[in-house]
Amino acid sequence: MTGDPLLDVVDLVTHFYTEQAVVRAVDGVSLRLEQGRTLGIVGESGSGKTILSRSIMGLLPRRNVVRRGEVRFQGRDIAKLAERELSRIWGADIAMVFQDPMTSLNPVVRLGRQLTEHIQVHTGVGKKEARNRAVDLLRSVGIPEARRRLREYPHQLSGGMRQRVMIAVALACGPKLLLADEPTTALDVTVQAQILDLLTAQQEERHMGMILVTHDLGVVAGRTDEIAVMYAGKVVEKAPTRTLFTDMRMPYTEALIQSIPRLANPSHTRLTVIPGRPPDLGRPLAGCRFAPRCAYAQDRCSVEEPPLVEAAPGHSYACWYPVGTPEGSDALARNRRNGQIHSSAAIGEA
Amino acid sequence: MAGSGTAHLRDSDDPLLRVENLVVEFPAGSGRRVHAVSDVSFDVLRGETLGLVGESGCGKSTTARAVIQMIKPNAGRVVFDGTELTGLRGKELRQLRPELQMIFQDPISSLNPRRRVVDIVAEPLTIWKRDTPSERSDRVREIFDVVGLDYDAARDRYPHQYSGGQCQRISIARSLVLEPKLLICDEPVSALDVSVQAQILNLLEDLKERYGLTMIFIAHDLAVVKNISDRVAVMYLGKVCEVARADDLYSRAAHPYTNTLLASIPEPDPDFRPSTTYKARGEFPSPVSPPSGCRFRTRCPRAEALCAEEEPVIRANGPDHYVACHFPVEAPVTMTAGAPAGWSGPAAGG
Repeated sequence: MTGDPLLDVVDLVTHFYTEQAVVRAVDGVSLRLEQGRTLGIVGESGSGKTILSRSIMGLLPRRNVVRRGEVRFQGRDIAKLAERELSRIWGADIAMVFQDPMTSLNPVVRLGRQLTEHIQVHTGVGKKEARNRAVDLLRSVGIPEARRRLREYPHQLSGGMRQRVMIAVALACGPKLLLADEPTTALDVTVQAQILDLLTAQQEERHMGMILVTHDLGVVAGRTDEIAVMYAGKVVEKAPTRTLFTDMRMPYTEALIQSIPRLANPSHTRLTVIPGRPPDLGRPLAGCRFAPRCAYAQDRCSVEEPPLVEAAPGHSYACWYPVGTPEGSDALARNRRNGQIHSSAAIGEA
Repeated sequence: MAGSGTAHLRDSDDPLLRVENLVVEFPAGSGRRVHAVSDVSFDVLRGETLGLVGESGCGKSTTARAVIQMIKPNAGRVVFDGTELTGLRGKELRQLRPELQMIFQDPISSLNPRRRVVDIVAEPLTIWKRDTPSERSDRVREIFDVVGLDYDAARDRYPHQYSGGQCQRISIARSLVLEPKLLICDEPVSALDVSVQAQILNLLEDLKERYGLTMIFIAHDLAVVKNISDRVAVMYLGKVCEVARADDLYSRAAHPYTNTLLASIPEPDPDFRPSTTYKARGEFPSPVSPPSGCRFRTRCPRAEALCAEEEPVIRANGPDHYVACHFPVEAPVTMTAGAPAGWSGPAAGG
C-alpha cells in the first residue's frame, strides 16, 4: 500500500452537447475510496449517478462530450487514457456490474465461453485452466452445478442467476475496484437480498474497493462505509453511513430519507413529500440546485451556490442552512412562520 | 403456501368485492400449463384498501386482471357489488366497467402519446355520454385540480411533456373521472423515484378519503403496501399465504414466506438487522410444475415431510389474521434496533 488511495476522483465534469443545450450531467464531483472500503452513491433519476460511474470507467462516447477533471486509480490518472489502454484496466483492475443482467450477457454465446474468453485474454492462461477457474468462480457466486451451467445460454437462467454470472465475470480477473451500478434494481426483493449479500461477501473476502450506485437508500444502509448523495449532477452530502442516516446536514438528504415508507411506521403514516421535481440540467442554474424544493431555503440559496465543505472529519455537505444547526433551524422556523413551506399543492409544471 | 380455503373471507359484512377459488392457467405448450393463480380467494369491504404483495410470478397482477375479467378465469367466482362477473358477457360486462377502474405501473406507456392529456382524461366521459360538453370540461378541470395538475397549462400538452410522476397523476385522473367504486392499482409507484412515490401514495390516500374509494393495491414493496393498505394478502406462486390487518402482518408475520420477505427488505436504517433464520434461499420454482403440497416448502426453513404431502389450508391465527401453513411462525421476526420513535409494535429485541 502506498500513500495513494485506490481511487481519487478530482473535480470530474461530464457535460453533453445536445441539439438544444449543454446538459451538465456531472458537474464537478470529487470522491475518494481506499482499498477494501465501500462507497454508496445515491441519487434519484437524473442526478448524474450513472453518468458519474461511467465517467469513472471511461465508458462514454467521445463525441459531443466535455470531460474534465481527474480519475486517479492507484495514483495514475486514467481519465486521459485512450480506449486501448483503458481496455487493459477494464476487468483486470476495475470491473463493473450493470443493472440489467439480461442485456449484459451475449444471448447467443454459451456462458462458458463468455467467462473463459475473458479470463484467457486478461491472464494469458490456457483454455483448460480458464475453464477450471470459471467453474470455481461460478461456485463462489453460489451457482449450483457450475460445470453444467457453462454449456448453457443466458436465457436458461433466472434473472438472479444471470446477475450472479455477471458478478462472476466481473470478479474473474481479480479486480481491485468493483463498480456496481444499480445491480439489483431489476430483481425481486428476496433475490436482491441474496445478490447484495453475495457482493458484500466477495468484496470483504477479496478486500476490493466497491462503489455501489443506487437510487435506494435501503440498499446502501447496511452495506457501505460511506455514502455520497447526488443531486442534479453534484455531490451534496458525503458522510460515513451511520452519520448520514442519524446526523444528516443537507436538507435534501433529510427529505429523501423521510419520504421513504418505513416498515417500522404504522400503516397510513403520512409520508413527507419533496415538492416539485429535479431541475432541468440543460438550463443554466444559479445558487443551490435544491433551493426551489427546499424547506430551509432562504434568499441567499437561490443566488449563491454553497460549496461542498468538510465540516467534520469525513462529513461534507453543501448547504448554507444545514439541518440540525442554529442557522438551519432558524431558516426552517422562518419559512414556517411565513407559510413558505412548499406543499404538495405546489406541484405544477416545472 | 398453499392458500387454498376460504376461512379468511368475512361473511357477516357486505363486501364490495368477493373473489372465491379463482384459478387462472395459461397453456405453456406440449400440453403443460402455467399455474398462474391457483385457488385464490379474498374479499374487499367498502372503503377498504387491500394490498396484494408478492414477487414477480406470484400471480398478483394476473389476479387483478382476472377480477376485472380482462383475463377470463378458468374457474372461480368474482362477485362485485352483488353481481357475479364471471358469467357476464359483452354488453353486460361493459355496463359495469366504469365502476371498476385500473391504473398501471408504467404511467407513460399507459397514455396515448398522440392525444392531448385533457382529451385523454375527458374520453371516458365522452364514451359514456355523461353530462354536456361544458359540464364535462368542468368535471375534467376539477379532477385535474384534485390530482394536483394545472388544467390551464395542460390544455395544449401531450403526455411526453410530463414527467413520470405527472403522467401517473394523469392516469389517476382518467381512472377517477367516472367515479368508480373500485380502483385497482397495479404497481403504480414502482417506476417512480422515492420522492415522487411519496407524492403519489399521499395522493391516493387523499382520493380514497374524498371519494370513499375501495382499492386493491398491488406492489412488490412491503413497506409501500403497508403504508397504504388496511388489510394485506401475501401471495406466492399463485397462492395466498397470509392475510392480516396491515399492522398485524408486519408485527406478527406468521407465514415463513412473509418472514422471508420482511428479512429481505432493504430498510433505510444502518442499525436494522434482519432475521437470519428467514434469509432468502433457493430459487423461485417454475409455475409450470409447482412443488407438491405447500408451494413454498422448497425454500422454507421450517418445512417438514407433511409440507410435501399435504397442502395447508388457510386458517385463523389470531383476530382477523389468517395463514396457510402447517407450521406457522409463533415468535415473529422482531423488527429490531433503530426503530424510530413512534414505533409501537412488539418491543425491539423482544
